[in-house]
Amino acid sequence: MENHTDKNKKAKEEVAVEQKIKRRNFISFSTFFVLGGAAFGGWKWLYNSPEETAGITAGARKPLRRALNKTELFFRKFYSNNHHVKTYPKAMAAKKVRVNSDIGMDDEGFKPENWTLSVVKSKGDVLKITMDEIKALPKTELIFSFKCVEGWDQIQHWAGVKFSDFIDHFKLNEHAKMDYIGMETPNGEYYVGLESESALHPQTLLAYEMNDQPIAIEHGAPLRLIIPVKYGIKNLKRIGTISFSNKRPKDYWAEQGYDYYSGL
Amino acid sequence: MKIIKEKHSVITRWTHWVNFPILTIMIWSGMLIYWASDTYTFTLFGHTFFHFFPDSFYKFFNIPARLAEGMAFHFLFMWFFTLNGILYFFYTIISGAWRELVPQKNSFKEAWQVLLHDLHIRRTAPPQNKYNAAQRIAYTAIIVMGFGSVITGLAIYKPTQFYWITWMCGGYNFARILHFALTLGYVFFFIIHVLQVVLAGWNNFRSVVSGFEVVEEKPDQMVKDDLNPTVNN
Repeated sequence: MENHTDKNKKAKEEVAVEQKIKRRNFISFSTFFVLGGAAFGGWKWLYNSPEETAGITAGARKPLRRALNKTELFFRKFYSNNHHVKTYPKAMAAKKVRVNSDIGMDDEGFKPENWTLSVVKSKGDVLKITMDEIKALPKTELIFSFKCVEGWDQIQHWAGVKFSDFIDHFKLNEHAKMDYIGMETPNGEYYVGLESESALHPQTLLAYEMNDQPIAIEHGAPLRLIIPVKYGIKNLKRIGTISFSNKRPKDYWAEQGYDYYSGL
Repeated sequence: MKIIKEKHSVITRWTHWVNFPILTIMIWSGMLIYWASDTYTFTLFGHTFFHFFPDSFYKFFNIPARLAEGMAFHFLFMWFFTLNGILYFFYTIISGAWRELVPQKNSFKEAWQVLLHDLHIRRTAPPQNKYNAAQRIAYTAIIVMGFGSVITGLAIYKPTQFYWITWMCGGYNFARILHFALTLGYVFFFIIHVLQVVLAGWNNFRSVVSGFEVVEEKPDQMVKDDLNPTVNN
């Protein structure tokens, strides 16, 4: 008799375990598939999310642009003009410097010797600066690893005037207190926007020499931007105009879906 | 009689399954970025065996001309990848689950025996607890690799602001190579991992979703386990 109840009890226990297994399986697998489905739905939503309204930035999915901007704000906390880009000995600089783009430099008959730089101080107040005036300022050399957003980099040797020296000399300090600096080619076809802080970084140059020679046409003669705290896309060749603004100036690659800031 | 044996905690399961799609997206968006400057090859003694990647690869995965898109995805999902990793890391430390995970003194020797056993060369496998020696090594390595991806990623992402991280990783170029090599490592891990999961069978797979395994145990053993409930936790 006792044996019989024992068996009964055991059978009951086994049924209870089976039920428990079934119940837990059901709960965990339902949760798994519901969450998995939600994740997949979320991905579909993100992947098919509408493109941002074209403005200063364009070409990216709306939520991804938001994320790029937020991420910039986070990493900006670590930004400092005391962080310098690594420099190299002259011997390591590339003799054959890579040319990756000629956007904004296809004007017919452009002559570097006739060029002047326009600095827009305010509407209608444009400062014209010649190459001689720029060359009269202290020359700074920089041998650093130029980094392209594509992933390649190359050690290059540039020389010119420090952008901060340029600002001081031409008494543009009040203007440079604005949040952004914009630069464009003389024909206005390539343009970049920079946070003033990055532009005033001690290694940012308005360069007129490469490998101790005047810059060649394809490298941005007569004057180009070298801003090592940014990817190559911000290193505008053949600067025509410099302007100041508290709003983000237009930026060629930010209109093509790239991060507006593209800082390093 | 069947009994329920707890195996994976809910946080272990959560972080595992969250990591899977995130890592997939990171690898995919990483490919979109790598495409723009796909200079890596596998070269030994001057002979190039493989170029990362052949054109057919890009065609198959529909990769060309999507650098900006790749970066936008990569720099969003890097947050989820990192946060999920941090959650797993601290949970594993605080809960004590690391004891079942990190390799022990004998693990390297035993992992070899596990390998031989899995290849059907050796008849017996060394005794194990939750994970066998090979699993201990592989699962710990994958966590270290995840950490490595974040560090090398930061080294390439902000080489000037985080110059010391870049320096630690052996410079910008080496960091990029490591970042790429780690990705190949994930793919390799994934292939072996899925194969092993298939071979291990349903009970094992289910435990990563439901948390428990079903084992046959005699009642007197149950009593023993009840007296010593920490043995499997």
